Amino acid sequence: MRAVIAEDSVLLRIGLVKVLEMAGFDVAAEAGDADSLLKAVEDHRPTLALVDVRMPPGFTDEGVRAALMIRQQWPDTAVLLLSQYVEERYAADLLATQTGGIGYLLKQRVADVEEFIDALKRVASGGTALDPQVVAQLLLRRGGGPDPLERLTPREREVLALMAEGRSNAGIAAELVVSESAVAKHINNIFAKLDLPVADGDHRRVLAVLRFLDGGPA
Amino acid sequence: MAPPGPLRRAYDWTAAHTPWSAWAWRNTALVAASIPVAIPAVLAIAYTTSAPGHLFKTLGFVLLLCPLLTPLQRGRFWALTGVDIPKIQWPHPWYHPHGLLPRLRAESTWRQYGYHLLVSPLTALGGALVALGWATGAAFALVLSWAWALPLRLRPTGWTQDYVAFTVLGVLLLIATPWLAALIARLDTHAATILLGPNRARELERRVEDLAESRADILDAADLERRRIERDLHDGAQQRLVSLAMNLGIARATLTDLPPEARAVIDEAHREAKEAIEELSNLVRGLHPAVLEDRGLDAAISGIAARATFPVELTVDMPERPTPTVEAVAYFVVSETLANVAKHAQATRCSVQVRRRAQLLTIIVSDNGIGGADPAGGTGLLGLRKRVGSVDGTIRINSPHGGPTLITVELPCGL
Repeated sequence: MRAVIAEDSVLLRIGLVKVLEMAGFDVAAEAGDADSLLKAVEDHRPTLALVDVRMPPGFTDEGVRAALMIRQQWPDTAVLLLSQYVEERYAADLLATQTGGIGYLLKQRVADVEEFIDALKRVASGGTALDPQVVAQLLLRRGGGPDPLERLTPREREVLALMAEGRSNAGIAAELVVSESAVAKHINNIFAKLDLPVADGDHRRVLAVLRFLDGGPA
Repeated sequence: MAPPGPLRRAYDWTAAHTPWSAWAWRNTALVAASIPVAIPAVLAIAYTTSAPGHLFKTLGFVLLLCPLLTPLQRGRFWALTGVDIPKIQWPHPWYHPHGLLPRLRAESTWRQYGYHLLVSPLTALGGALVALGWATGAAFALVLSWAWALPLRLRPTGWTQDYVAFTVLGVLLLIATPWLAALIARLDTHAATILLGPNRARELERRVEDLAESRADILDAADLERRRIERDLHDGAQQRLVSLAMNLGIARATLTDLPPEARAVIDEAHREAKEAIEELSNLVRGLHPAVLEDRGLDAAISGIAARATFPVELTVDMPERPTPTVEAVAYFVVSETLANVAKHAQATRCSVQVRRRAQLLTIIVSDNGIGGADPAGGTGLLGLRKRVGSVDGTIRINSPHGGPTLITVELPCGL
């Protein structure tokens, strides 16, 4: 698996390259800004692009815009964004194009190397990795009207949040220290309570979550 | 020491106002100096009375001379009496495109004009009278006084005993002239301070404006500084800490064959590094979060609301971003009130509404907690009030015991 990395802080980049190699990626190119990132993606067609949101010259949301462009032009390349803070509209923008092969994490999550590697692999294989803070913000943005969340039990809500982050049933089961079948039951209950058809495949779940969140693609 | 009696005071006062006192000469100098400055106005008046058809031309002529006459008059008062009539400040010189019209419209110009055209000739007339008083008084009292003392044959021809009356008159004139000078000087000074100086009420108004402006500048500067510190922390310390924590994480994940003691040390260091990152992020958030600068209030507030331990219902309706300073205050208001709710209110839910209508930003935070929030009791609410007051905003806290609490903050977004 090939990866390119765009991060303007050299210190962080060296560490990220190490982590990518640990996760089994072959780092084809390192970029310091959005333009060289796009060029690197075009040249190498990597499986995964690891991108810092804030990059030269503007230091605002160059990474997000580059990510959108990559997902449009080279849909085979998955993008994992790293950000100093989470802004749920970035996530909504990204997920509006495609629900798989997208990740958006707080920068400090890279400290938990195992979990980060897990997220890298998940995104590279077409899954999703959303920061818990993004999910919390998305939950905050539900539209008005009768609140379907009210119908969920606290445990079901926890499961829903982890689902929104892109975790698999096994991942959710490990996080909540319950059995996988219990997780599957919770998920079925959630779909039933939210009047959503049960669909298989990981990103169909995120799609469902987002439809519920009233901010996602129809 | 007992206060001097009325008789003593009257004596002192009269002694200080004798014709030979400095005071008398100062007033004389002041009114006499008004004569040359009054020449244009006197000429204009004289010309108008002889040729009324040229009224507007002559009046215009005095108006044109105003910028020259006012400093002369101001100089006269400052040099001779020490009375300082403040200058009227204009943002542009008169020859600037925006210089002339405001001057013509300003009431101060017309007050000055009134002084130069009416008061100045009157003072000059007074000055002439004072000069005449001194001269006649001196002539009568001095030139004619000694003649009566001479032997009869040496007296000038035509001198009679009646001339003694002139001497008395001369002395009386010498005593009276300083009083006339004083009266005129006093009226003149009074008129000049009112007519030539700036309007006091307007002056105060202008000062308040200046102060408001400089306060806004200071606030902006402080805000800029906060943002600079945030940027420095983010680009420096925070990145290094993340990198350190990541390296420790890599060590933890790869060095599996280390003795348990070494692993424990690495684990500990990793945990501490992560805690340091968390602390630093909280600190930076308190200063001025990057998300506020990059993405505005909506994004920044949804960030705080998402981190709250209770459900927060958030509505942000803001067609246009306010200034960075107002934004920072609004952010502070929401983050501080949510922190207060978490600490004291025992609420299970909370709602935050931020709305901008024209030049007014309204923030309404309500919770279903126990109430009893009192600005007198807590430093948090007091700080909130100060921060809101710094941009001339208002805050209303409605929090009866037993709840619920409703906090309404209004921030002006105009200048």
